[in-house]
Amino acid sequence: MAGMTVIVRTIARLLFPFTFIFGAYIVLHGHLTPGGGFPGGVIIAASVVMLFLAYGIERAQKRVGFLHAEVLESVGGLAIVVLGLFGLLLGITFLQNVFPLGTLGQLFSAGNLPLLYLGVGIKVAAGLILIFYAMLFAFRGGEE
Amino acid sequence: MSLELLIQNALLVFLFVLCLIAIELKDLLYSVIVLAGASTTLAVIFFMLQAPDIAITQAAVGAGVMTVLFVIAISRTRRQE
Repeated sequence: MAGMTVIVRTIARLLFPFTFIFGAYIVLHGHLTPGGGFPGGVIIAASVVMLFLAYGIERAQKRVGFLHAEVLESVGGLAIVVLGLFGLLLGITFLQNVFPLGTLGQLFSAGNLPLLYLGVGIKVAAGLILIFYAMLFAFRGGEE
Repeated sequence: MSLELLIQNALLVFLFVLCLIAIELKDLLYSVIVLAGASTTLAVIFFMLQAPDIAITQAAVGAGVMTVLFVIAISRTRRQE
């Protein structure tokens, strides 16, 4: 898939940091405001995919390749499982909270929920980029 | 009938009309864009029904990712129905 016109490229380049930071805000404030891991991860993936579509897939693949997305998705899934097993080892059940709770309304509060949302956000963002790659290159081998 | 209920019913009718247009259009790329508009309208309705969590998810998935996936699928197949 080739790149688009210079208008689309400029708008995508200017809009990318704001979209990315909004997605990171949704992920990090998942325990305080509406949102959480899944919507924030989807917004981050949408910002990266917007850049891909504007600049063409060949140029984008050098920055965020298939392997990067796959490794990041595995890291996100691993973070969720390790956090759950941490609670299982020290607490009573899977995903039992073992961290201090803090005060209500602060950013660093709610025990292991922010870390869990961070893992879910990374996993969802990398997974959606992987779905994008898979749909783009689905039957590539058959054509060549 | 209060103003909020009136706006909500108008949005529901608008959503129905947008979905009908998306079904009836022969150019699939236009149909996908109209479907993204319908998804945004549904997000506003969810927000008015006091479910902001679902509204954020609906707006991000419906207008962002779903549109991109449909556009890729159209670019790999035919554009006209």
